[in-house]
Parts: sequence; structure tokens; C-alpha cells
Amino acid sequence: MTALTNDHDLHDHDDHHHHEAEAADRYVFGFWLYIISDCLLFSTLFATYAVMGQNFANGITPKELFDLNFVAVETALLLLSSFTFGMAMLGANVENMAKTKFWLIITALLGLSFLGMEIYEFVHFSHEGATPQTSGYWTSFYSLVATHGLHVTAGLIWMFFLFIHFNRDGFSNENKIRLSCLSLFWHFLDIIWICVFSFVYLRGAM
Amino acid sequence: MSSSETGPGGQAHGSVKEYVVGLILSILLTVLPFYLVMSGVGSDTFTVIAIVVAAIAQVLVQMVFFLHMNGSSEQTWLTVSAVYTVFILLFVIVGSLWIFEHLNHNMLMGH
Repeated sequence: MTALTNDHDLHDHDDHHHHEAEAADRYVFGFWLYIISDCLLFSTLFATYAVMGQNFANGITPKELFDLNFVAVETALLLLSSFTFGMAMLGANVENMAKTKFWLIITALLGLSFLGMEIYEFVHFSHEGATPQTSGYWTSFYSLVATHGLHVTAGLIWMFFLFIHFNRDGFSNENKIRLSCLSLFWHFLDIIWICVFSFVYLRGAM
Repeated sequence: MSSSETGPGGQAHGSVKEYVVGLILSILLTVLPFYLVMSGVGSDTFTVIAIVVAAIAQVLVQMVFFLHMNGSSEQTWLTVSAVYTVFILLFVIVGSLWIFEHLNHNMLMGH
């Protein structure tokens, strides 16, 4: 992980680089452990959703509401944003700040569009009579999908602050670690969305 | 822990080609289940199995091409923790469904 070492070190021997790279790896691994605990959080939400799958309490059903064309666009936005974050990482590999920032902005715009669509969808569903209070099914639906949406919101706020850090300190060691962790987080959110569109929307629309 | 954890988000890995391949595979694995459900060509059982298989495949694709996980000896701890997580996920989800299936069954028998 040589790219994570800092070129502006006063002590420029390999030993020092080695220690810094190890420290950076530990940070990223620590964040990876957080991602794992987040996986467990989502697993309980998916389990609740699966258990509540048919509990409509004579209320409106997902089959009447889900619009797969709409979900396909949401999916495309999030998948593309995962890809554009990858492009930002490649920019950071060669310490190209303009490239990194450009792709980060594209990623943020895609994420914002996704979030906007999700909020619109929730408002629309509520107007049609599907609120979290409607039935066990809709409680578990909103818990699961909105928790994912909250994570996307957190990722966008994080991106905003990382941008400020980049303006202030450029490619410092700390900023590279922050970018690596945010990259993990963002790809993780797309992986969760794969499960959401497959098991919630596609299955619910059948 | 080994000296380097060039794992998910690790900057030493990754190329444009890798990300493009990941993107194309992800698009294919997304379009396929959407097409099956929206067109209704297959039987329900077939479609459900296809959704599950496509989802698992796409998760794996993104772990390999976007998170750069490769199971190498440098990533031992990542691999171990990921496998551990999969087990816990299965316990939680399959276990919950199993328990509630039994509960539903027993409640109906009481009537």
C-alpha cells in the first residue's frame, strides 16, 4: 500500500514509510470492522422484512405500488455512483486532485439524485395510503429502505466535509485514509442496495 | 495481522479496466432480474431463483472489482472477517424465518 505513504516526510527512509503504511492499513481495517457491524444491522432489518413479508393487515400491498421503471433508474444512479467513486480513487492513486474532485462531485450528484428519488417515492407511497403505521409489512419496508437512505445521506455529508479537507490539506496521509474509508462505505451502500432492489422491490412486484 | 491489508478501498489496487469490467457485469446482473420480473416470461419459481442468483453474483462481482478483495494472503483478516459475517447473516436471516414459520404454524394449530 505504498500510495498511502506521505511523500513530504522529513525522514525519508523506507522504514518510516513502512510504519506509516501499516498505520494507514490499520485505520482502514478498523473501518472495515465497522462495515461488518453495519452488515449485521442490515441483516436484522432484512430478517424483519422477510418475517413481515405477508402481513398487510388488509392495507395496500407493495404489488399495487411498486413501479419497477422508477426503481431501475434509482438502481442505475447508485451503481454509476459506485463506479464514479472508483474513478475518484484512481485519481487519488496518482495524486491528481482535479480528477479526484471532479469524480467526487459527479458521485455526490448521483447520490443526491438517488436520495431525491427515494424521498419522492416515500411521499408518493404515503399519499397512496402506505405509511409506516399502515401494516407490519410497511413498517419493515420503511425501516429497511430508509435506513439505507440515511446511510446514503451520511455518505453525502461525509463527502462534503472530505471536500473541505481536500481544499485545506490536499493529499495528506489523513485525507487519503478518509477517502479510502469513504470509498469502502460508498461501495458497501451499493452492495446493500443490490439486496434491497432484489429482495424488496423485484420480489414485492411479483 | 500481516504487514499490509491492501483490501477494500486499498489504493494500491484498481485500474480503469477493472472498474469498467465490474460496471458492465453489474449492469448485466441488474438488467437480467428486472427483465424477468417486468416481462413475466419465466415461471414464478424460476424468476425467484434467478433474482437470488443474480443478486449473490452481483455482490461478489462488486466485492472483487470495486472493493478489490481477492482472498490473497495479504488479506487474510479481511477474508476471515467477511466469511464470519456471511455465517452470522445466514444465522440471523434463516434462523428468524425458521422460528417464525414454526410460530405461525403452531398458532394456526391452536385454532
